[in-house]
Amino acid sequence: MSIIKVEKLRKRFGKFSALNGVDMELNKGEIYGFIGPNGAGKSTTIRILLGIMKATEGKAEIFGKDAWRDAVEIHKRLAYVPGDVNLWPNLTGGEVIDLFTDLRGGKRTKKREELLERFSLNPSKKCGTYSKGNRQKVALVAAFASDAELFIFDEPTSGLDPLMEQVFQEYVQEVKDAGKTVLLSSHILSEVEKLCDRVGIIRQGKIIESGTLNELRHLTRTHLLVETKQRVTDLQAFSGVYELNQNDLTLSFQVDADKIDSVIRHISQFGIKKLESAPPTLEDLFMRHYENKQSTDVGAHPNA
Amino acid sequence: MLEKSNTLIRFMIKRNKIRIPLWLIGITFFTWMIPVALDDMFPTQDERDVMAETMANPAMTAMVGPGDVENYTLGAMTTHNMLLFTAIVVGLMSILIVTRHIRAEEEDGLSELILALPVGRLANLNAVLITLVIVNIILAFVTATGLYALGLESMDLEGSLLYGASLGATGIFFTGTAAIFNQIVASGRGATGLSIAVLLLAYLIRAVGDVTNESLSLLSPLGLVTRTEVYSNNNWWPILLLLGFSMVLFLLANYLNAVRDGGAALIGTRNGRKHASRFLGNPIGFVLRITRTASISWAIGLFVLGMSYGSVMGDLESFFQGNELLEKMLIEKEGYTLTEQFIPMLMLVMAILACIPPVMNMNKLIGEERKNRTEHVLATPVSRTKLMASYLLVAIINAFIMLSLTASGLWMAAEAVMEEGFSFVIIYRAALVYFPAVLVMLGLAVLLIGVLPRFTSLIWLYIATSFIINYLGGLLQFPDWVENLSPFGYIPAIPVENMDWITVIALSITAIILIVLGFTSYSRRDITG
Repeated sequence: MSIIKVEKLRKRFGKFSALNGVDMELNKGEIYGFIGPNGAGKSTTIRILLGIMKATEGKAEIFGKDAWRDAVEIHKRLAYVPGDVNLWPNLTGGEVIDLFTDLRGGKRTKKREELLERFSLNPSKKCGTYSKGNRQKVALVAAFASDAELFIFDEPTSGLDPLMEQVFQEYVQEVKDAGKTVLLSSHILSEVEKLCDRVGIIRQGKIIESGTLNELRHLTRTHLLVETKQRVTDLQAFSGVYELNQNDLTLSFQVDADKIDSVIRHISQFGIKKLESAPPTLEDLFMRHYENKQSTDVGAHPNA
Repeated sequence: MLEKSNTLIRFMIKRNKIRIPLWLIGITFFTWMIPVALDDMFPTQDERDVMAETMANPAMTAMVGPGDVENYTLGAMTTHNMLLFTAIVVGLMSILIVTRHIRAEEEDGLSELILALPVGRLANLNAVLITLVIVNIILAFVTATGLYALGLESMDLEGSLLYGASLGATGIFFTGTAAIFNQIVASGRGATGLSIAVLLLAYLIRAVGDVTNESLSLLSPLGLVTRTEVYSNNNWWPILLLLGFSMVLFLLANYLNAVRDGGAALIGTRNGRKHASRFLGNPIGFVLRITRTASISWAIGLFVLGMSYGSVMGDLESFFQGNELLEKMLIEKEGYTLTEQFIPMLMLVMAILACIPPVMNMNKLIGEERKNRTEHVLATPVSRTKLMASYLLVAIINAFIMLSLTASGLWMAAEAVMEEGFSFVIIYRAALVYFPAVLVMLGLAVLLIGVLPRFTSLIWLYIATSFIINYLGGLLQFPDWVENLSPFGYIPAIPVENMDWITVIALSITAIILIVLGFTSYSRRDITG
């Protein structure tokens, strides 16, 4: 059963086109990673899903209901945490958490106290004195304390330290284990990789890739830095090896995920002294995507 | 500690190139206009002496301070009527600009950017202080030369210079006051609020002192201002005292700034409740809560204003006799005392002022949207209509309370000073009859929020215009259609005129139409942030 269904979604602000036909589908119980660089259209999509903005064209449904028309009905069952949490300076964090709970029509529960402790947030402080990270915690506590069925997080960890990021990830996992659905927007690929079942990559208002992370493996390249006892030869001949830099006994290169095995086998013949690998970054993904696109373009127009 | 202060001063002036000139033009224009108008209204010494007599009572002294009523020249009259109020406005200007550039910038994280540059730790504070000293000196000279250039009798060069100096010195004094509060508390709103509270306290101490005990007044900076006796005795010593105290305040502010951390306050913010009260957890309770402080302050202010108008009622009768101009402004009708005829004019002024806090309540909705806070509420099962309706309901109740308070304040004070007081019902009706006009203003605010969310401040321009049109309309004899440009122009002058139900109902219907249009647009447009 699909919880969120977005089809051919377009949004124009005057002449500027923020979304150019976004398609997205979230199934019940899954965590969907929504990734893309700043300004790609993540927040606009989310705001349309929340009924805060109206789509110019296309379909945006949550729980099978129209995101714009049935916003109030939908909001009874969802919790939202924006990336930039602005709160009322003269209300305390505790008051804001209760306010959100009450407005959502939920019950104030013990869960709140547990969350406050785990996120180490002092609820008696005025929001005006909180840092960005602490304001984000207020919204996160309010969200996790609710019994929502769908959680929408828009870059929720941008102000959190690594320890708190860890706590956040635990609670996302808990929510998933309870069979709830999560839409997690981020520009940090590693966070998405850890949590998400499926991802959609948005750029310039269009989903350019989507699928499970395994399905996207063809897009990922691992960076390798190798030091060997003897000089490695013949590596150029391998397909799937890029940006090779050889300096006597050390070499650095990128390799396609599906070619790692054969490449490592080859190198190990020369006696590996040191091996460092770095996971692919979001930037690499985008660059790969555009390389692929260019090569198909060239293929389609051989005379160009 | 002071490196790059010069650059910061230039930067500050650049960023205020519209705000500061507007304040200066407003204050000087107002200062020049008053003596010209007074000269028009009271051309002979005899007329001025009559005025002096009506002014020589404790109620008026409490309001505007002591004046040279023995020798009520045009200059003495201008000083008596205007110097104190203008000085308060200058103080307000200084407070607002200081806070804007110290605390508000720290809150927004702007000063962090500046302090990370090779800029001295005290550079920003002193750049603010110096900028405001310059602004206040310019203000002093411009008003002084302007007053002297009017060439009115009894307004000589020394007096004019002293008049300007009194305004400038007040501005510099409250620059220092605000600079200190900006070190002490952590929020810009708090610093502004406390500084304005000091300004009001200075006014009240002076008011009590002027009536009961002279030396008490000398404790108040505003008391010192009125002791200059501009255009009669021309005392310069209060100016020297004010500037001396200001120096002490400046040094203290520097000391406090040097011992505190950036962004931190000497007095921490108090911690609050861990849980919200049940009252907060619904849209109406929420709106009441976030508008609470402003509403309470306005309620007190309007009640005191009503009382101060009420307190002069006993002396009004004599005030009118022999003053043709005021008589012309009032509606001539038999069967009413002149005091009663004065009620509609007072009520008009108070009703337009009472329309400010409800419109502020309503505009809080767009302010929240701009600060990106509306999305929290709209992401919960609260519809836009319900949210907007909550703001509107709070604003309407607010309007009702504000109008009621002005009427109650006026009636209570009048009851105390008059031999035969007013009937409360008459006063209350005279105030509440303006309710439909306030509703139209609210309706317009709602419409702007729905249709032209970027131009919601146009409502303030319209309220200011309404004030000028309707208040001065009677005096300058504007044609009817001009007065009818404002909803306040349609309201019957109760108790002198009869109740005009048709007009009142028509205004209410207009308000409802504006509100419905505003609601429709609001629930159809994007919420931006």
